[in-house]
Amino acid sequence: MNRTKPLSGELLRLKEEIHQYAVDYGLDFYPVIFEVCNYDTVCILAAQGGFPSRYPHWRFGMDYDQLSKGNIYGFQKIYELVINTDPCYAYLLNSNRIVDQKLVMAHVYGHADFFKNNAWFASTDKKMMDVMANHGTKIRRYMERYGQDRVEIFIDKVLSIENLLDVNTLFNTPQIERNRQKFAQMQEDEKHLDQDDGRSSSLRSFMKSNLRGKDQAPAVPKQIEDLLPAREIDQRYSGTRDIMKFLMDVAPLQEWEADIIGILREEAYYFLPQRMTKIMNEGWASYWHSKIMTQKACKSSEIIDFADVHSGVMGMSRQNINPYKIGIELFRDIEHRWDTGKFGKDYQECTDMAVKEAWNRETNLGRQKIFEVRKSHNDITFIDEFFTEEFCERQQLFTYKFNPRTGRNEIDSREFQTIKQKILAGLTNFGTPLIQVKTANDQNRSELLLEHVHQGVDLDGGYAGDTLRNIFALWKRPVNLETIQEGKKLIYTFDGRELKTRT
Amino acid sequence: MDHPIKRDHARFRKIVKGRIRDNLRKYVSQGEMPIPKGNKEFRVPMPSIDTPRFKFGDQKQGGAGQGEGQAGDPVDGQDGEPGQGEVGSGEGNKELEVELSLEELASILGEELELPRIEPKGKKAMQKTTDKYTSIGTVGPDSLRHVKRTYKEALKRQLASGVYNPDNPVIVPVKSDFRYRSADAKIEFENSAVVIYMMDVSGSMGDEQKEIVRTESFWINLWLKSQYKDIEVRYIIHDATAKEVDEETFFRTRESGGTLISSAFKLCREIMQADYNSSEWNIYPFHFSDGDNWSTDDTKLCLDILDQDIIPNSNVFCYGQVESRYGSGQFYKDLHTKYGERSDNVILSKIKNKDAILDSIKDFLGKGK
Repeated sequence: MNRTKPLSGELLRLKEEIHQYAVDYGLDFYPVIFEVCNYDTVCILAAQGGFPSRYPHWRFGMDYDQLSKGNIYGFQKIYELVINTDPCYAYLLNSNRIVDQKLVMAHVYGHADFFKNNAWFASTDKKMMDVMANHGTKIRRYMERYGQDRVEIFIDKVLSIENLLDVNTLFNTPQIERNRQKFAQMQEDEKHLDQDDGRSSSLRSFMKSNLRGKDQAPAVPKQIEDLLPAREIDQRYSGTRDIMKFLMDVAPLQEWEADIIGILREEAYYFLPQRMTKIMNEGWASYWHSKIMTQKACKSSEIIDFADVHSGVMGMSRQNINPYKIGIELFRDIEHRWDTGKFGKDYQECTDMAVKEAWNRETNLGRQKIFEVRKSHNDITFIDEFFTEEFCERQQLFTYKFNPRTGRNEIDSREFQTIKQKILAGLTNFGTPLIQVKTANDQNRSELLLEHVHQGVDLDGGYAGDTLRNIFALWKRPVNLETIQEGKKLIYTFDGRELKTRT
Repeated sequence: MDHPIKRDHARFRKIVKGRIRDNLRKYVSQGEMPIPKGNKEFRVPMPSIDTPRFKFGDQKQGGAGQGEGQAGDPVDGQDGEPGQGEVGSGEGNKELEVELSLEELASILGEELELPRIEPKGKKAMQKTTDKYTSIGTVGPDSLRHVKRTYKEALKRQLASGVYNPDNPVIVPVKSDFRYRSADAKIEFENSAVVIYMMDVSGSMGDEQKEIVRTESFWINLWLKSQYKDIEVRYIIHDATAKEVDEETFFRTRESGGTLISSAFKLCREIMQADYNSSEWNIYPFHFSDGDNWSTDDTKLCLDILDQDIIPNSNVFCYGQVESRYGSGQFYKDLHTKYGERSDNVILSKIKNKDAILDSIKDFLGKGK
């Protein structure tokens, strides 16, 4: 079953050409492997997050359904797909024109450079292709053993908490994790040392190794009695935002269930950096496709087609910020400012608009600066640091609000600070509500109490209720969520039978 | 082998169908009708398949956009973002719609209501032979020559006789290599049905009553369409006089004035006699009213027409009485006295409110007539 083909002929020659341009510009990436495929295959791959093999789940079928229909009706088209792995895989659509292929290749090299160099991607597994395939095998095996419906329904539940992640976990490289475990082990050992029971140290160490062996033995189902006492759970987990890990570690689950949460969590964390750097990543790739195309690769006969596609991708919307547009413009703005010296104390303190406008110290640091920026920033810090008033004005940005009187969204403000706050708020915690564990022993009845850290926007009540139902299925005791609705404290409770709210 | 995602896809379709079945009563009673899409497909809105997650309520959230305009200008109206379509660009809030074919939708309805398949009458009466080009023969006209098969035969022969040269792969077919598509004659039974809807549009039938009729007729049509090859639908409205109208008018018209049900039956009789020979057609007259009739004389006339002309020529005559504040419901009682519960050719059903639509559909179609 070969749905994709390696490059050949003209495309191969093009790839080598574009690759050389990218290298000349100083982009740095893992080898990029381009494959050519038809639209149906692109839809399949896109539905599976870019990977040729995933675990079986109806959701992928649904996404595939939507994507392939989107193409039939012509309101949606996938241009390119690139995966953050080493080597980096990218897919080209066989029906695209040559000029499209060039653009996509240039764009892909931008992404590939970003994947390799941006700090937030440092802990992502570059062998994810294999990991995903292994996950598929594992889950299929569970399905064979425990029944497809049972496993699939369990996955449905876990998907409900898939967005409850802690971004700081991204910096837990395996090395840090090992050190932490070693440290915990040392503490544990010290405890044991304290309670001297007369046994010799060598005997103790032997017994411990025996214990450890038992720990690692698979297929010992976790019993509820084995679980940590509630007080200890709270000590260890109170305040954690990594709800997936929390439930995986302490909820009364079967071994396979905990394993599935672990699998889904690993995949969620793999995709997390991409959600946190959408603007930068697309901006960076667009910056480079534009640069490579307009300065090198585009033939004069292709320029109109290129401009057509490029402007389509950059098209602004009145309801959403187009990450491609904001991203590319910000990078260009940064490059311009650092080329002309429009930064630093002198520039900031200058009050003469005319002087500021014509400011040019010929610092020529632009290129260097944008490479630095792409290395260390994520969308939030990117916007926070480089989104200036002048930029905001030039991009004609505004915020809008729902007006209940007219029943429609209306432009609310063109004020710089308001707009910036709005954009940043949308990016905080990758655009999802901040949920953390407050206690695992609420009311001293082993009820789970989650807390929504309210930052100005209420939760969707209906969704919150349904999510609690799914968490209950994992926690198996009543689940509570403390939040604020319309300015008042509100607690949702699902006790296994009905959903209640109390204040 | 197909890509594994096809299995995920099949699974998704199965879940969707299950979901529709579970919610069928809700769909029907809320009048949330599947949207016909042409080529016998229907779109069904399906909001609840989303995985629930903690997320922000969106109405008041607003957002940021780009473009011209003063404070207070609307930002709606430019929904689609043409060209903006790379993977994962925004998780649009568009409501999920799934597409089902007529057969799938009808089978869901059929399974949920446990409807028997209809045994069409006059089935043997209309035979039709169709030629289907399903097999391959060695003789035939050039216009039906099967090039691929011919090529294969020639290739086989050349390989076997050692004439084939891989460096110069020229294939020359001889006469015995030629293959032609050939037809198998198949006898198909044609059956066609006509549904004649009659509705009282006098003042006492309000919008809610009409909505009920509309929903009910949609599902009845759907089921009958799945059972017959062709169906025709005719619409008659009446108050004191009757006229035939198109579908649009049927559900929009509102007259005031009296009610003579016989006028509709007369017109129905005319239509049946003019266009539909009962030995070839399966005829389904449906009448919906709130049960008011002008006089007992007229009711008597109605019963006569039913007995003599309509019932003998129809598969089944169906009367649905939609309860309204003004209707007396007398006509149901009259029909009930005459035909009783278990008449073979007459089905009576009372529809109290929207929730009762599904049961009423079961009443009408549950006999497999």
